[in-house]
Amino acid sequence: MTETRRDPGNAMDRLIRGAAAAGLAGAAACGAAAVTVPEAFFPAYLVALLFWTGISAGSLAVLMLHLLVGGTWGLLVRRPQEAAAGALPILALFFLPLLGGLETLYPWSRPEVVGGDELVRHRTPYLNAPFFVARAGTYFGVWAVLAIALRRGSLALDRTPDPAAARRLRFLSGPGLIAYGLAVTFMAVDWVMSLEAHWFSTIFGMIFMAGQGLSGLCAGVLAAALLARREPMAGALTPGRLNDLGNLVLTFVLLWAYTSFAQYLIIWSGNLPEEIDWYLHRSAPGWRAFAAVLATVHFAAPFFLLLSKRVKRSRRAMMILAGGLLGARLGDLFWQVIPSAGAAGPHLAWTLPAALVGIGGFWLAAATALLRRAPLLPVHAPGTERLFASEEGAHG
Amino acid sequence: MTGRGGLFGVLAEFERKEDLLAAARKVHAEGYRKVEAYAPFPVEGLAEALGMDRTRLPWVVLAGGLTGAAGGFFMQVFASAVDDPLNIGGRPTASWPAFVVIAFELAILFGGLSALLGMLALNGLPQPYHPVFNVPRFALASQDRFFLSVEADDPRFDPDRTRTLLAELRPVGIYDVER
Repeated sequence: MTETRRDPGNAMDRLIRGAAAAGLAGAAACGAAAVTVPEAFFPAYLVALLFWTGISAGSLAVLMLHLLVGGTWGLLVRRPQEAAAGALPILALFFLPLLGGLETLYPWSRPEVVGGDELVRHRTPYLNAPFFVARAGTYFGVWAVLAIALRRGSLALDRTPDPAAARRLRFLSGPGLIAYGLAVTFMAVDWVMSLEAHWFSTIFGMIFMAGQGLSGLCAGVLAAALLARREPMAGALTPGRLNDLGNLVLTFVLLWAYTSFAQYLIIWSGNLPEEIDWYLHRSAPGWRAFAAVLATVHFAAPFFLLLSKRVKRSRRAMMILAGGLLGARLGDLFWQVIPSAGAAGPHLAWTLPAALVGIGGFWLAAATALLRRAPLLPVHAPGTERLFASEEGAHG
Repeated sequence: MTGRGGLFGVLAEFERKEDLLAAARKVHAEGYRKVEAYAPFPVEGLAEALGMDRTRLPWVVLAGGLTGAAGGFFMQVFASAVDDPLNIGGRPTASWPAFVVIAFELAILFGGLSALLGMLALNGLPQPYHPVFNVPRFALASQDRFFLSVEADDPRFDPDRTRTLLAELRPVGIYDVER
């Protein structure tokens, strides 16, 4: 008993130390990159920041979704998702280096662009550095407050069963999801859409919401599947519940594909000069091939795989699929940022890994530390009584 | 109770769904395959107990959906690129993005229809006559009783031995079903 208890703790300790060390090395490489090749570093750093923020904020969204709708599937990913969302304050710190690259990244922060472009000048009341930073602070503030409040309430519920406390968590999640949606929409406009001087798309925030939800869900599935090598997760992560999680992953894959294609179809049909820019920046042969690969790994392949019950009910298959989709998420963010930032140079081959590890190392260390500090499955949350009931009636 | 003559099978009546589930498992384990269960509400695990967990319906639906998508797509290609080439804003006549929406809708339509028709075909429906209704007690299958029938076509079927097997499974009644 003590042996099995101590073992995963040790593994987590090693993971925390290893991730923090990797983070330090990555951060050092980032520092070097920021000084030597800023034009290849800051776009890569933005991609990495969006990737890890997407997992954390997406986890927060799926967490609130589950608190509202219930079902045992969410209890399996709750602790990993609470831990991922708990890393949001650290990501807020990692936003700060971006301030050094505003002029490299955003046309609206370059005086020579603003001076010579009427449209950009009219946008300066919204798109200016101080307001940009204040808004970013607001997004992180909204997410972090929600993440901390939900985790506190959830951990308090582990100590004493209290239906009123469980209801309060649900009550927070409704308005919380609305606040989350607004924050993501504005974030997508600020950080990514404004990389282009003129371009706009009204579905843009929704694409990021679908992507973040997918990121958060896949990270949760991956963590739960890894933890299922031992009890208690091994007994709780039944094929039936994996099947439920697989169906939810499929839903987010479809939502992402639907919104992404809708944006393309509408802009392609309109073919208007102020809208079509974004796709023209992505129409070089290399980017076309990239889009085809992205459509395959982010939509077609997971779509057909997730139609199969055999895949959805296999822990191994779902682990590989969730990992692959996280890779596809990175590909999507690369596709969103790099062509607009105009920096697809050879230096990306090292600045992107450096940024991913620099932020991700500390992110993983923080999330694992949070995961360690709480039971791997909620104790008294609504629905927990069904976790180890027989498979019969365990659905939903 | 005048059927068309001959024995269709044996029907056992149960009071509780647990007894039905146990009986289904036992009969399946004994090697019987032409077995059908009747209950007034869906009983989770019953299909699995009878070895019916695999159905070909998803493949029928997938085939229907793909047919719809391909049909919708090529119908548009034919209409606006082959039969009557239509220049819209200087785009190529066979512009795939514009065709995706209709292809998608037809995939849903054909998928839905093949789900309905495939389900009916695989279930052997509509079926205006079924021998189990020759047992008057069977009317309770839509109220509060659970039934399990073993059909005489089953290679393992033997009127006496099958009856003996069912009698061991705590039924409240066993009936011969006339054809």
